[in-house]
Amino acid sequence: MPRRRTSPLDLIDVDRLLTEEERAVRDVVRQVIDDRVRPYVAEWYEEAFLPVRELAPVFGGLGLLGMHLTGYGCAGASAVAYGLACMELEAGDSGVRSLVSVQGSLAMYAIWRFGGEEQKQRWLPRMAAGAAIGCFGLTEPDHGSDPASMKTRARRDGADWILDGSKMWITNAPVADVAVIWARLEDGLGGFVVPMDAPGVSVRTIGHKLSLRASPTGEIGLDGVRLPASARLPGAEGLKAALSCLTEARQGIAWGAIGAARECLDTTITYACTRDQFGKPIAQFQLTQAKLADMAVELQKAFLLAVHLGRAGDAGTLRPEQVSVGKLNNVREALAIARECRTIMGANGISGDYPVMRHAANLESVLTYEGTSEIHQLIIGQRLTGLNAFA
Amino acid sequence: MNIVVLVKQVPDSGAERNLRSDDSTVDRGSASNVINEMDEYAIEEALRIREAHGGEVTVLSMGPAGAAESIRKALSMGPDGAVHVVDDALHGSCAVATSKVLAAALRTLSPDLVLCGAESTDGRVQVVPHMLAERLGVAALTGARKLTVDGGTLTVERQTEEGYEVVTAPAPAVVSVWDTINEPRYPSFKGIMAAKKKPLRTLALADLGIPADEVGLAGATSAVVEHSQRPPRSGGQKITDGGDGGVRLVEFLAAEKFV
Ligand SMILES: Cc1cc2nc3c(=O)[nH]c(=O)nc-3n(C[C@H](O)[C@H](O)[C@H](O)COP(=O)(O)OP(=O)(O)OC[C@H]3O[C@@H](n4cnc5c(N)ncnc54)[C@H](O)[C@@H]3O)c2cc1C
Repeated sequence: MPRRRTSPLDLIDVDRLLTEEERAVRDVVRQVIDDRVRPYVAEWYEEAFLPVRELAPVFGGLGLLGMHLTGYGCAGASAVAYGLACMELEAGDSGVRSLVSVQGSLAMYAIWRFGGEEQKQRWLPRMAAGAAIGCFGLTEPDHGSDPASMKTRARRDGADWILDGSKMWITNAPVADVAVIWARLEDGLGGFVVPMDAPGVSVRTIGHKLSLRASPTGEIGLDGVRLPASARLPGAEGLKAALSCLTEARQGIAWGAIGAARECLDTTITYACTRDQFGKPIAQFQLTQAKLADMAVELQKAFLLAVHLGRAGDAGTLRPEQVSVGKLNNVREALAIARECRTIMGANGISGDYPVMRHAANLESVLTYEGTSEIHQLIIGQRLTGLNAFA
Repeated sequence: MNIVVLVKQVPDSGAERNLRSDDSTVDRGSASNVINEMDEYAIEEALRIREAHGGEVTVLSMGPAGAAESIRKALSMGPDGAVHVVDDALHGSCAVATSKVLAAALRTLSPDLVLCGAESTDGRVQVVPHMLAERLGVAALTGARKLTVDGGTLTVERQTEEGYEVVTAPAPAVVSVWDTINEPRYPSFKGIMAAKKKPLRTLALADLGIPADEVGLAGATSAVVEHSQRPPRSGGQKITDGGDGGVRLVEFLAAEKFV
């Protein structure tokens, strides 16, 4: 039999679902990741480092940062194009995709959607170009899945605002120029645009991460940070506003996870076809093929789900619980694929010389941030039953 | 400056490439097709000249209908418009016929400068730029690693095996470039979206006044009589160092013309 191999996503020809323009966007991002990330990322991961200041202007030049937003230097691309970009970024590394997600879907989106004109003019063009880096502070040391009970407070002092509290697990915080910070007001929650060099703002880099190492994560301390009245996001009313940013980012994550899984599967198929045991390639054993086939099937399903949700996003009909379906399924399946790939790779599966263990470890973070799997199950469960099981 | 860049769609040199079993022409149907790598450098050079001196950049490509995708990709880097010469009769054209068609198309565009890659990764004959210059009656500045435009004077550093030569000529001229000349930009997303709206004009042989029997397989000046698969890679040759290892290595390299 001829040894003809098909790439895992070519199996059912999912490319046919994409427009020429969408494929062009995907190809460029793939090229940039090939040139700028793939050769170096294993090393960065080991060193717990990401050259954010080098990558951001390159990504900005493409139009990757805030690419699905319009105006202010943003590319105005479709949700599907944004998703494909996330897929290629995360095929490189989840940390690289996180940089872009946090910048575009969380920090820029919050300012773009809820900010005043002056805030938009001040921050968005520079963030789109990659000259300014943003982060998004919702989670606190004692409040993760339940941000509504957050402790960080904003109180008025004359016309000014004074912020006190702390934010934990904040992606990009150690390198950021600006943070979108969510805080408790007298009546509900509100969002603030906080320059990271404002007096009273401190950042501690979170070390010892065994996942998402090629992504700077920090704790932000807010100690009597005095901000002018204009720092508040005028349109951001309550928790709903913060959650709408998460809904944006989760779409990209549902796509991104496919990229990580594809990279694992691609690597593993190549490996299994060239690694001989018992006198033949391990890919020729039925047990291996069953694993590969099941993984490839899950990968196609994840892709179809992502395209479906992306098209709904572009049509403006996408609902938050639908995004939960995508985030829950695609990250969970991607993680399962990464782990299964690791078994096929044997000892090399745990080596940094191959991307599989790195992706598997990264996806543990992706499973937790932007709403844990359990939280997405609860969102879907509530939609199915009409009953709220959160508390 | 009115610049025309020649762009060819070729099978991806990184993927498996084949000749067709029926007529021994390059199989452009099955392989994934891309812009000929060297042409991206020509596009980049044209864009830089436009940025410095103003003017227009037009992409000119001869190829089957499917080449339109590569033309759009070229446009997404920044050129202003494109002309696609497409005609069933062109299938199997040799370099001589290709240069005839491209020269005819170029005459309709009257460029000040024609830029192209020094070779295509499928044919690799490196003669089309020279043939074009001859047909158009202009200078051929080929194999450039550097190009300077000063008013109507073009100066290139022409890469040779030993070093480089400095050659100048008045515009219009044909300049072919190597991948040492610049670092091509990535198409931006805005560029990709704008490419859809840029003018892409198609021309058939009749539009150029070229009879069908002067091109294609019928008019080819050379023919591939037969072809076979490259033999599988052999095990290579092991040199065990018995004191003369170095000498034998050099002998091997010299015999294979590597040194
Ligand atoms: C690498 C990394 C980067 C991050 N980046 C950011 C960032 O940029 N900005 C930001 O704001 N946050 C960020 N986070 C934080 C992330 O969003 C939170 O970790 C996440 O929301 C979960 O919160 P927690 O860790 O406090 O877990 P907890 O909320 O304490 O949850 C622990 C466990 O309990 C479960 N659980 C909680 N409540 C329920 C319930 N009602 N029913 C059933 N199970 C429940 C959870 O599903 C989970 O399994 C990041 C996290 C990581 C790991």
